[in-house]
Amino acid sequence: MTALAQLPTSSGEPAAAPIVRRGRYKLLPYLLLLPGAAWLLVFFALPLLQLAAASLYDPSGSLSTGYAMTWAFGNYPDALQAYWPHFVRSFAYSAIALVLALLMGYPLAYAIAQKAGRWKNLLLVAVVAPMFTSFLVRTLAWKTILSDNGWLVGLLRDVHLLGPDGRLLATPVAVVLGLTYNFLPFLVLPLYASLERLDYRLLEAANDLYASPLRAFQKVTLPLSMPGLIAGTLLFFIPATGDYINAELLGTPNQYMIGNVIDSAFLVRLDYPQGAALSFLLMAAILAIVFVYLRKAGTEEVL
Amino acid sequence: MRISRWVADRWVMGVALLVLFYLSLPILVVAGLSFNRPSSRLSYDFNEFTLDNWKQPCATSDMCDAVVRSMEIGLIATVVSTILGTLMAFALVRHGFRGRSGINGLIFLPMATPELVMGTSLLALFVAAGVPQGFWTIVIAHVMFCVSFVVVTVKARLSGMDRRLEEAAMDLYASEWQTFRRITLPLVLPGIVAAALLAFSLSFDDFIITNFNAGTTVTFPMYVWGAAQRGIPPQVNVIGTAMFVIALLLVGASSLRGRRARRAALAAPAVGAGTATSRS
Repeated sequence: MTALAQLPTSSGEPAAAPIVRRGRYKLLPYLLLLPGAAWLLVFFALPLLQLAAASLYDPSGSLSTGYAMTWAFGNYPDALQAYWPHFVRSFAYSAIALVLALLMGYPLAYAIAQKAGRWKNLLLVAVVAPMFTSFLVRTLAWKTILSDNGWLVGLLRDVHLLGPDGRLLATPVAVVLGLTYNFLPFLVLPLYASLERLDYRLLEAANDLYASPLRAFQKVTLPLSMPGLIAGTLLFFIPATGDYINAELLGTPNQYMIGNVIDSAFLVRLDYPQGAALSFLLMAAILAIVFVYLRKAGTEEVL
Repeated sequence: MRISRWVADRWVMGVALLVLFYLSLPILVVAGLSFNRPSSRLSYDFNEFTLDNWKQPCATSDMCDAVVRSMEIGLIATVVSTILGTLMAFALVRHGFRGRSGINGLIFLPMATPELVMGTSLLALFVAAGVPQGFWTIVIAHVMFCVSFVVVTVKARLSGMDRRLEEAAMDLYASEWQTFRRITLPLVLPGIVAAALLAFSLSFDDFIITNFNAGTTVTFPMYVWGAAQRGIPPQVNVIGTAMFVIALLLVGASSLRGRRARRAALAAPAVGAGTATSRS
């Protein structure tokens, strides 16, 4: 998972200029790139085109009789009309989860980067440790933690934060908690990478110049951690919005996100045009949000 | 001022420890449940302590079949994606060529695309091309999403490497192959190993893309998904705990090796100084 932490920096050009060679080496870079690039073109780019085509198939066809290409652009408004609540829910859940993750992840990344001293590596391992076990198994563990007979629900009922019949499992709270938990490390690692490079003397200088801790944070720490913050929020938000495992395992159909609908369109209802249209709408919505966000944040070199 | 700084320091660390507790809670639960004898098939609560699950991890044989299948897929996908990704990383760091930004985009995009979209689009392609879904379509999908992570990891290692070591080897009349074999490869190897481990863990744990391209083939995450509806056998938690312990041991071993290497480097400063001065 360390690769994710390197994302914000390593996609830039390498520090040393690549050597341009002549003669028999001229073809070498292309030969090195060919197998990987071909794989990505055939199994990543080409499928996207096929998905775009499938989203315009005649919706009255079926998998067994075959689909006719009728450029049925109507699939998009139809899909949106039928499932807009799921779209809204997906973005709302992942936005709330993102806010929670920022509230938890920023202090965590800051503490590891600036305060942990010799415990730094140990704490970093603790951050990625959840990923050492299976995503599904650890999500199911939340089912035990949040269960109606569990200590957490018991405690919350005792202090009257939950009514006597109040539940956590099968509620939006459970789904949002699961999303926050599962994608928090993706937020913390890039944030840590930027905060680690923060020169503590800058904060001391701010302090010497009579800045309050809050103002020093606003004027020094926050701006300097921006690249990590942007990379981290994107790495959190993109998979969280497309996730449907948490909604399926910790929620009920009332908490289903757009992923659950797409999953059933392709694998249960076998309605490929609709599933493809929904997938494309999801990707377009995420890309639009990412684009606007990067524009606002003003650091396009992150990508 | 001093006191508020003191409070601020402790406050941040306190929150950090609470968040780490939140992050580790499910692992503790998984480890605990691996010693549980559940009261019923659909119960997720702790009932009674037992060692049976650890003694008979394969009591439900289809789960172990799924684990073995996930390992097979993981190994093949790791080998293929590590080779493809390492070659690309060498081209990107070591060579100039036309179309660099296009290649960078092709590598970056799969990491920024929701898994759901990659899974459904591959499914659409396989169905349109009439390719039956199964073991090999899963392998193809896994190689596809692992390659980018391999490139990024190996690239980071390669671009941080001291080129002068290779130049020194060439100055000492090593052939290109000898230089690559004796200098470059050993230096990049940790990056390649890290990339391979990352690829294996991504492949072994993938559910969403696999789910769309598996046909009737069942990997471990697919098994857990299916079992979540029928009732999870407690052995799933044994596998979850074992995975965690193995990964932790690997990390521990590599950090110990790193520390020993650093100590060895400190113990022989003369050698380091010698190589540094001989260049100038």
